[in-house]
Amino acid sequence: MKHQFKDTAKSHRLLTRRGMFLGSVQLGLVGVLVSRMRSMQVEQADQFRLLADENRINVRLIPPARGLIYDRNGLALAKNRPAYRISIVREDAGDIEEVIAKVAALVPLDPKDLARALKEIKRRSPFVPVTLANNLTWEQLSKVAVNAPALPGITPEVGLTREYPLFGDYAHIIGYVGPVSDYDLSKINDPDPLLQIPKFQIGKSGAEAKLEKTLRGKAGAKRIEVNSIGRIMRELGRQEGETGANIQLTINSQLQNYVQARLANESAAAVVIDVKNGDLLAVGSTPSFDPNKFVTGISYADYNELLENKYRPLANKSVQGTYPPASTFKTMTALAALNEGAIDTKETVRCKGFVEVGARKFHCWKKSGHGNVNLHNSLKQSCDVYYYELAQRTGIEKISEMAKKFGLGTKYPIPMSAVARGLMPNKAWKLKNRGKEWVVGDTLNASIGQGFVHASPLQMAVMTARIASGHSVTPRLVKSINGIEQPSGAGEKLDINENHLRMVRKAMYGVVNESGGTARRSRIVADEYRMAGKTGTAQVSNSRVKNRDVVWEKRDHAIFVCFAPYDNPKIAVAVVVEHGGGGSKAAAPVARDIVLQALFEGTPPLSAYPKSDRPRIRRAQENLPLRDFSALTNSDKA
Amino acid sequence: MSYLEHNIKSVPTGFRKILHLNWAIILLLAAVSGVGFLMLYSVAGGSLQPWAEPQMKRFAVGMVIMLSIAMVPIWFWRNVSAVAYLMSVALLLVVEFFGTAGMGAQRWIDLGFMRLQPSEVTKITLVMVLAAYYDWLDLDKKSHPLWVIVPLIMIAIPTMLVLRQPDLGTAILLVAGGGTIMFLAGVSWYYFGAVIAAVVGIVTAIFQFRGTEWQILKDYQYRRIDTFLDPSSDPLGAGYHITQSKIALGSGGWTGRGFMQGTQARLNFLPEKHTDFIFVTLAEEFGFVGAASLLALYALIIAFCIISAFRNKDRYAALLTLGIATTFFLFFVVNMAMVMGLAPVVGVPLPLVSYGGSAMLVLLVAFGLMQSAHVHRPR
Repeated sequence: MKHQFKDTAKSHRLLTRRGMFLGSVQLGLVGVLVSRMRSMQVEQADQFRLLADENRINVRLIPPARGLIYDRNGLALAKNRPAYRISIVREDAGDIEEVIAKVAALVPLDPKDLARALKEIKRRSPFVPVTLANNLTWEQLSKVAVNAPALPGITPEVGLTREYPLFGDYAHIIGYVGPVSDYDLSKINDPDPLLQIPKFQIGKSGAEAKLEKTLRGKAGAKRIEVNSIGRIMRELGRQEGETGANIQLTINSQLQNYVQARLANESAAAVVIDVKNGDLLAVGSTPSFDPNKFVTGISYADYNELLENKYRPLANKSVQGTYPPASTFKTMTALAALNEGAIDTKETVRCKGFVEVGARKFHCWKKSGHGNVNLHNSLKQSCDVYYYELAQRTGIEKISEMAKKFGLGTKYPIPMSAVARGLMPNKAWKLKNRGKEWVVGDTLNASIGQGFVHASPLQMAVMTARIASGHSVTPRLVKSINGIEQPSGAGEKLDINENHLRMVRKAMYGVVNESGGTARRSRIVADEYRMAGKTGTAQVSNSRVKNRDVVWEKRDHAIFVCFAPYDNPKIAVAVVVEHGGGGSKAAAPVARDIVLQALFEGTPPLSAYPKSDRPRIRRAQENLPLRDFSALTNSDKA
Repeated sequence: MSYLEHNIKSVPTGFRKILHLNWAIILLLAAVSGVGFLMLYSVAGGSLQPWAEPQMKRFAVGMVIMLSIAMVPIWFWRNVSAVAYLMSVALLLVVEFFGTAGMGAQRWIDLGFMRLQPSEVTKITLVMVLAAYYDWLDLDKKSHPLWVIVPLIMIAIPTMLVLRQPDLGTAILLVAGGGTIMFLAGVSWYYFGAVIAAVVGIVTAIFQFRGTEWQILKDYQYRRIDTFLDPSSDPLGAGYHITQSKIALGSGGWTGRGFMQGTQARLNFLPEKHTDFIFVTLAEEFGFVGAASLLALYALIIAFCIISAFRNKDRYAALLTLGIATTFFLFFVVNMAMVMGLAPVVGVPLPLVSYGGSAMLVLLVAFGLMQSAHVHRPR
């Protein structure tokens, strides 16, 4: 607001005066810049051009050592070993052909590598070093180094490369590193100059990729004096980088190895989780592959083989595969119904093998029906009709709410590739994603874990751990980073009536241990290790034909979830055998072996198995090719 | 009622305003930005991606915004100056507490389509509020201590916030820009003498307290000063950048190595070759002739601004125009001095040439205000 009339003429005069002064100062500064430019670019130009052309002083980055990865007992799972290689700089080499011919006389050059290197030399700028030969021995490298004066543009290099001493056991969890590619660079927005180093190794999958920033460390730099052909004369200064952080996983390597070996011939997944703190003790997925092959660059033939294998070795089925949880989901439906008071534990439902809802017939897996079943027997015998009844009484919203409390449909933030969210649908979901109203048939399908419901083996294991502990445990893969313990996965107590949970646990005990239980053949007879579980058979195709009569791809998925010991739960296990047939036949025996292996921390005594099984189990134990951990040297220990 | 509002009858209206824009400045701005596109194309190794094309799009958007702002009467902008200033200070507070941390400094707010740096916005709103303040203040009171403290506070608040981020380059620009407006408004020479004495004192203090618990600057800022004073003291870090920057610049010679023929690849270790150090590439590829030509374009922009201000009898408009010109001037002078080794590396981009959305947009907004002042000047 103006409060009085201004003498504008006076103010304008003042401003012009001061403005003139300012303008002159600015002009002066511009003059300084021009004269500086002139002195640098005109008077000293020759000197600078000489410096530029010779670029006498050169700074090279020192790549930091990547952080190591250990298992929960301090066994090294990913380490660095020295790698010797030679690289060539085009503009320093002059006649490339001649130089390469000379090198080839000293060390064997793989023609395929050479062709690739030549292509790269052409494509890249003349001053970028291109790797000519990888994985040389110390002797070969020495030969090149000794003959250096005759080999312009050739640099022998000592670097570090990644090594996975346990091969396929951790291929899915840890993943692998590989040389950074143009594609990686275009995808990630990371100004780290390390990424500009040719062949710099970055995490490509699994924990290596997800924890890349933690593992990578910081670049160091060295200032070197080079002569006119780029040969290093001496090092003038050095600034050390920062080694990447070491990471300790929650996985137990012996158990992990056992799981991988036990599942080896199937396309399967298994997860072992601590029910109290959520530590993942084993995360298995078979078949696996050797991550070491990816580090140096896998051959096309090997890669194609992995891609074309119908068992999908590259997929981490434990966390990225999702399956209908099938009958294992009945625990959720039961808890939801109990919670809503839709049924009590005594009430029975009559199963005559099917039920008609609307115009549709919904079948029980047992054609002749189960007769009158109560809650306990319904879980034990896995009666579908009982749950069709509960589904109608409880409704999808309540079932979905209950299942979400147990982590279904939740994406856990564990550092592995492509961790799946799974799906726990409700009415709103279907309307939004399918554009259709939810119908009662959908609820019936969902109540027995079919239809839209999908969960990964990891989610099934967490669900079981929550049933066993009554707490909302979350999975944890990273135990510590550089010795700093990471937050535990122990969770709050679930707000669910403890009696209901006890009923379900008791029924799961029945499934395995009581006569008529669907998994009774896989019981554990050692009293202190009794297991409780639930079978599941996820339908893959709708045809009602026997599994052995159809092709592998159309057989049902076998599922088993369990926890043990029943009296004092320690671990929960989920096993999925893709197209393995029935859960009781294909998944439960595997789960039992894994449970015993985990609880005994090694091969269990035969006395834990029912008498009739013992000869067969002994043969199986003897034939299972397990890794000899005593053979891993001390250097592998933290 | 101000002088301006008596005379608005003679101000052009409607689409006739377009004819009265300062077209010389618009052409110069386009020319400078064009040089920027060319250099971004070159540093990317002869590719529109990843820098040149986004920069062109931002320039197009910025031009539209500039012209829109120019169409709005300058008295509107004067009336919202205080609000604009307060909002930008509020935004600075927001980044202080909710900003995305990047490169160790919290500097921007993520708007989704672009990252807004409130510190950039403040450079303009500070000029606006100070110009409005001196437009409002009685001429006789300009050197009264009480009325000198008010603008000092206006400068100090955003400067402190920016320093906390920490962004020394912007802080210097804010203080220098704000001080210039106070100078132009006619604040007594004695104050400026006192300030210069104080600066000398503070600089002494900065070095005296180094390493003690009263240390004023961050360690890295000390290192930058060390590097500036003696590039060989940190040969592996920023000193290397300055050395390489000088080598590349000097090796340009009279006419340069030619477009895309620079050895800036040798500067691959320069982390900011497409932002703060882009002038080096220009100087190397086009030599003294190219570098001086760009400097001439910049100087012409300043000259046209000064002429426009002198011919503008409205105090707010004139102060604003000179303030914007000075901010622009400080940008390129500090940047060029920095890459030539005449000033410490403080992180100031080359205006309209360096890659960066916030800076370009804010500069074009500023020139929009300047154009509005020009179009709506009393005749």
